[in-house]
Amino acid sequence: MRLRVNPIACTGHGMCAELLPELITLDPWGYPLLASEMVPQALAGHARRAADACPTLALLADDSFVAGPGVRHGRRHAG
Amino acid sequence: MSIDLHGPGLWYATRATGLVSMLLLTGSVLFGLLVAGRFSSARWPRFLTQGMHRSISLMVLAFLALHIGTTVLDSYTSISLAAAFVPFASSYKAGWLSLGAVALDLIIALVVTSLLRGRLGYRAWRRLHWLAYACWPVAIAHGLGIGTDRSVTWVIAVTLACLGGVGAVAAWRVLSFGAQ
Repeated sequence: MRLRVNPIACTGHGMCAELLPELITLDPWGYPLLASEMVPQALAGHARRAADACPTLALLADDSFVAGPGVRHGRRHAG
Repeated sequence: MSIDLHGPGLWYATRATGLVSMLLLTGSVLFGLLVAGRFSSARWPRFLTQGMHRSISLMVLAFLALHIGTTVLDSYTSISLAAAFVPFASSYKAGWLSLGAVALDLIIALVVTSLLRGRLGYRAWRRLHWLAYACWPVAIAHGLGIGTDRSVTWVIAVTLACLGGVGAVAAWRVLSFGAQ
């Protein structure tokens, strides 16, 4: 799974950092900073929950991206 | 166990679930306002506000199902299931009952569009969600107009507390929005 933030849609509610502190911290203005776009399998559920909680749907948890042999597919998906 | 369709039991249940629905719907509006106004504190994270908003909103549906079910089953008044959804489908206190039908339709629309928020997109969902500000007063008016206990002192006090609470938090939300 891969995480992305749509910087246009994000308004800095900050719920993602509350729900996924392992990967997301907030900058001084309250906008998310991702430690890593790749989500370890163990955190996938939390990442999905954080994406679902985003009030402006700005956090995207992309399930079609699979690390490992599927990396090439993921790159193509990212355009 | 069978349900007595003629005794006062269903009527009591209708009144009780109506009151609880009012409290829950008010809670849903309050937490929704707090999400929109970005309330948070050291002891109250934002995801909790949103979780309360979502959970309470679903509880509203559950209590409205009971409220409507007991009303329709009660044989004392002939209110059809359709009247719960369609305004003026019943002649019993048609105006006040219709307000309840309108509020119910709006609540269902709000919940369904929220569950499909990811498919709708943020802008469309946000615009539709403004209907909540129309839904809540209509629901309160329904209770004030048709509620059996509308002239009982503590029910009036609870209703006024709901109005005051939403008024205060709405004012805070407008002011906090202006400050950003």
